[in-house]
Amino acid sequence: MATRPEFDVVGKDLWRVDGRQLATGKPAFTDDYPQQGMLVGKVLGSPHAHARIKSINTSAAKALPGVHAVLTYEDVPKAKGPIGRRADLFNRVPYTRAGQDYPEPSPWDFFLLDDKMRYVGDRVAAVAAETEEIAKEALKLIKVEYEVLPAVYTPEDALAEGAPVIHDEPDVLNVKDPQRNVCAGVDVTLGDLEKAYSESDEILEGHYYSQRVQHGQLELHVAISYMDEDDRLVVICSTQVPFHVRRQLSTALGLPVGKIRVIKPRVGGGFGGKQEMVLEDICAALTVASHRPVRLEMDRYEDLTAARSRHPMRFKIKTGVKKDGKLTAIDMRALVDAGAYGSHSPTVPTNTGNKNLPRYKCDNVHYEFNAVYTNLPIAGAMRGYGTPQGAFALECHMDDVAESVGMDPLEFRLKNTVRPGDKDYLSPHIYEIKGISDTTGEGWPIDTCGLEDCINQGAEAIGWHEKRKAYAEHNATNPVIRKGVGMVCLSQGSGVAGIDTANATVKLNEDGSVNLLIGAADIGTGGDTVIAQIVAEVLGTDLDNVMVIATDTDVVPFDSGAYASSTTYVSGNAALKAAEEVKASILKVAADMSGEPADQLNLKKHHVVADSGEPVLVEGQPLTLKEVAMKAMYGHDYKEQIEHTAHFVSPVSPPPFAAQFADIEVDTETGVINVIEFVSAVDAGTIINPELAAGQVDGAVSMGLGQALIEEMLFDENGYAMNKGLIDYKLFKAVGMPKLQTIFVETYEPSGPFGVKAVAEIPVNGPAPAVANALKHAISVRVHELPLSPERVLRALGKM
Amino acid sequence: MSNTFELKMNVNGRDQIFDVHPHDRLSDVLRREGYFGVKVGCYTGDCGTCTVLFNNEPIVCCMMLAGQAQGASVLTIEGLSQGPKLHPIQEAFLDVGAVQCGFCIPGMMLSAKALIDENPDPTEDDAREALSANLCRCTGYERPVKAILNAAKQMKEGK
Repeated sequence: MATRPEFDVVGKDLWRVDGRQLATGKPAFTDDYPQQGMLVGKVLGSPHAHARIKSINTSAAKALPGVHAVLTYEDVPKAKGPIGRRADLFNRVPYTRAGQDYPEPSPWDFFLLDDKMRYVGDRVAAVAAETEEIAKEALKLIKVEYEVLPAVYTPEDALAEGAPVIHDEPDVLNVKDPQRNVCAGVDVTLGDLEKAYSESDEILEGHYYSQRVQHGQLELHVAISYMDEDDRLVVICSTQVPFHVRRQLSTALGLPVGKIRVIKPRVGGGFGGKQEMVLEDICAALTVASHRPVRLEMDRYEDLTAARSRHPMRFKIKTGVKKDGKLTAIDMRALVDAGAYGSHSPTVPTNTGNKNLPRYKCDNVHYEFNAVYTNLPIAGAMRGYGTPQGAFALECHMDDVAESVGMDPLEFRLKNTVRPGDKDYLSPHIYEIKGISDTTGEGWPIDTCGLEDCINQGAEAIGWHEKRKAYAEHNATNPVIRKGVGMVCLSQGSGVAGIDTANATVKLNEDGSVNLLIGAADIGTGGDTVIAQIVAEVLGTDLDNVMVIATDTDVVPFDSGAYASSTTYVSGNAALKAAEEVKASILKVAADMSGEPADQLNLKKHHVVADSGEPVLVEGQPLTLKEVAMKAMYGHDYKEQIEHTAHFVSPVSPPPFAAQFADIEVDTETGVINVIEFVSAVDAGTIINPELAAGQVDGAVSMGLGQALIEEMLFDENGYAMNKGLIDYKLFKAVGMPKLQTIFVETYEPSGPFGVKAVAEIPVNGPAPAVANALKHAISVRVHELPLSPERVLRALGKM
Repeated sequence: MSNTFELKMNVNGRDQIFDVHPHDRLSDVLRREGYFGVKVGCYTGDCGTCTVLFNNEPIVCCMMLAGQAQGASVLTIEGLSQGPKLHPIQEAFLDVGAVQCGFCIPGMMLSAKALIDENPDPTEDDAREALSANLCRCTGYERPVKAILNAAKQMKEGK
C-alpha cells in the first residue's frame, strides 16, 4: 500500500478560502446580487395530485398593472401555434431536470409547462410582476378548470392493475414502462442463490422501510436571470451543477448553449437538492418572456413540496449464513417511490445496491429495484444518493443475521466485510446494464480499505465490548430506561466512475501567485479550499497565493458538478494535474536560470530547491518562485503566460469506508430515544483539511440522526403535505444533539490527489441503522421502519 | 410607491433613515439597504438565519415589521468586525471550521455575541442554548459551540 508523504499545506487546518467573506456577511449568495429593474417571479402550483387542465384563462392576470409575463402550457405548444398567436414562444420538448452528464440516464419526462398535473404543487403557470404582492395577486387571477383524475400515493397502488397512468403523454423518453408507472429498474444476479440457501445453516428474511426526508439546506432554491448587454441569457443560481443547468436551459428554452451563461456564487447548502434544475428553467423563461431581470425564490413550503426529497424505499432482504457466520447468499429487493417525475430514479436506487452490498463478501447476490411513479412530490438526489436507505435495511438486517448465529454484530462484520485487495463485485455488472463496459476485469479493485481499523478504533472509542455486556445486564433488570449500543459498517464512492469529469486551469502570475479556475461547484463543503490546498502543495506556495475562481460557465472549464462525493477526488485530481504541468513549466525556466537540470528541481516554501531539499542558488542567492515567475512573464527569452488546463475522469470510484456507533437510552414508557454519544470512524484516504472534513462528518451525523428519529414528510389523502415548514418539519438543533466523536483512519489511495478518497456522503448513511441497532440492543425488538418515533417504539414494545 | 413612511433606526452604530412600506419586514428593509449578511431561510422565524441584535437582544427579523424598529438600535453581522480586523467570534468560528456553507453563520455569530455580552464565561450548555434558535444543516453544531467557548475565553483574556 502506498504510504503518505509529508506535506506542507495538505493535511493542515487552514481557514476556508471564502471564510472571511462568509464570516463578515459580504454579498456571497445568489440573492445578494439583485439586478436593476428586477421582477418577482412566482409559480402557481397545482391544487390537485393528478389532473388535466381543461381550460386556463390568464387575461385578468395579464391585465393587472405591474404584471409583465404570464406563462402557461399554451405558451409551450407541441408544434408552432396558428399564425397570429404569440404561442410559439417555446417549444414543447421533453427533458429531465436531474443534473447529470449528457445524455442524462434519468427519464426525460418533464416539460417546461404542461396541461397535466402530476402532484400537488406541480407547475400550472408562472408570472413575473413588479412586486411580490402583484405577483401573488396575479396568481389568484388565473382561472383554471381541471379534470381531476384518480391519484396514487404508494408504489404498490401505482403498480396495481388498473392504476391511473401518471405519464400517459406519448412524447416522454427513457421511461422503463410508463403504462405500468415503472420509471426505472435493475435486476442483477451473481452466483446461484437457491443452491446457496440450501447449503446455509440459517436463512433470515427481513423487511425495512426508509421514509421520505428533506435536504433542509438553509438557503432556499433561488435564481436570478437577466439578458445582458449582448442579449445573452445570464442565470445566477444556487446550484450544484452549473454546466448541466446551462445545457438543460438550452434544451428547455430552445436557446444555443453559447447564448447562456450560468453563474454559481456561494451556495447555502445543497445536499443533492440542487443537483437539479429545480427552478432555473421557469425563472429564465420569465426573463425571455418579459425581457426583464427576474428573481424566483421558492418559499420553505415550496422547498418541502415542489423541490426534491430522498426516495422512500421499501426493502425485502433474504440472507443465508453458515453457523460460523460466513455469508452464503444475499437477496435484496427495493421498491422505490420516485414521485411524480423520475429525476435520478434510475441511478439513486442503483447506488442503494452497489454502494452497500459489495462491502460484504458473498458469492451469491441478487439485487433488484423498481422505481415507480406516484402522485407525490418528486424524489431526487440527496446526500448518500440512495445509500442511506440501503444502509438502513442492510445494516439492520446484518445485525439480525449475526444474532441468528449467535455472533456479536461487530465480530460478524469483522468476519464478513471487505479488506484491501478485495473487489467490488456488483458495480461493474450494474454498469454493464447501463451500457458502460467494465474496464477493470473482475470487479473494481478495492486498493485502500481501512474498514477493519474503523471498526476497531470506533469500538474502542465508544466502549463497545464493555457496553454490550453492561447494558445487557442493566436491561435484564427490566428498568424503565433501557440502554443500547449499536454499530454499522458503511461504504460509498469517490465520484461516478467513467462519468464524472473535471477540468482545472492554473494560471501563474508574476509574483508566484496563481489563479485557479475550476468548474467544480463548492456548495458549502469547502471544496474550493481543499482543491486550492492541493494546488498550493504542488507549487510549494501558501493557500493565500491560490485565488479560486468558481464557477462561471463563461470563465471556467467544464466540470460535472458537485455530486457523488466527487469534488476532492475528481476535481482535485484535475487541479493536481494542471498544477503539476504549471510546476513543470516553472522548473523549465528555473533550470535555465540556475543551470541545474529541471528534473532534479522542486518547489518548496516559495523557493526552487534541489531534490535533496537544498536551496538552488543563482548568483549566490536562493532562487525564489517569484523570481522565476517574473522571468517567465517578462524575460526576453520567454514572455509567456504559464498556464495549463488539465482534465480528469476516473475509471474507478475508490470507496471510502466507515464504521459508526450509537450509544442510546430509550424510555420504555414514552418511547423516546435519547442518543447519548455517536462515534464515526472514517477511512476517507488522506484528509486535506481535518477541521473541514470533521465538520462534514458532524453535519452528516446530525442529518442522519434526523432521518433516524424525527424527520418525515407526511401527506393527507389528497396528496397534500402535512409538513408546512420548518415548524413541523423539524431538524436537529444545538440542544438535543449527542456528543459526537470523529476518528479519521487515514489510508493513502494511490489514484486520489495526495491519497484522498471522498468524505462528504458516507457519514450520513449510518446514524439511522446504528440507532436502530442500538434500539434492538436496548429493547430486544427490531423496529423495521423509519423514523424511530416514540409511537413506533411503543408499538414495538406492545404498548400501543 | 404609495404609503411609505420614514423609519429611523441605528444600524451598526450609524443613525439611518429608510423609506419603508407598512408591510415591509425588518429583514426586507435591511437586505434592500445592502445588509446582505441578513439571510432569510424560511420567512417564518424557524431557521434563525435572519438573526440580528435588536437593542442587544437576538431576534429573527423576518418576523418583525420594519415599523416596529422605529428608534431601535440594530446590529447586523456587517457591524461585528471593525474594518478588516475580525471580531474574536469570527476568528474563533473560522479557526475550528465552524463555517461551512456560511448561510447560518451571521445569525449564529450574533446569537453568540449576545450570549458572551451577557455571560462572559458561558458553559457548553449555555452555548448550545444560545444557538437553539439557529439551525445549521452543515456542521451539526459541535464546531459552533466550540467556537463560542473559545471566543469567550479569548475575549475574557483580551480584556
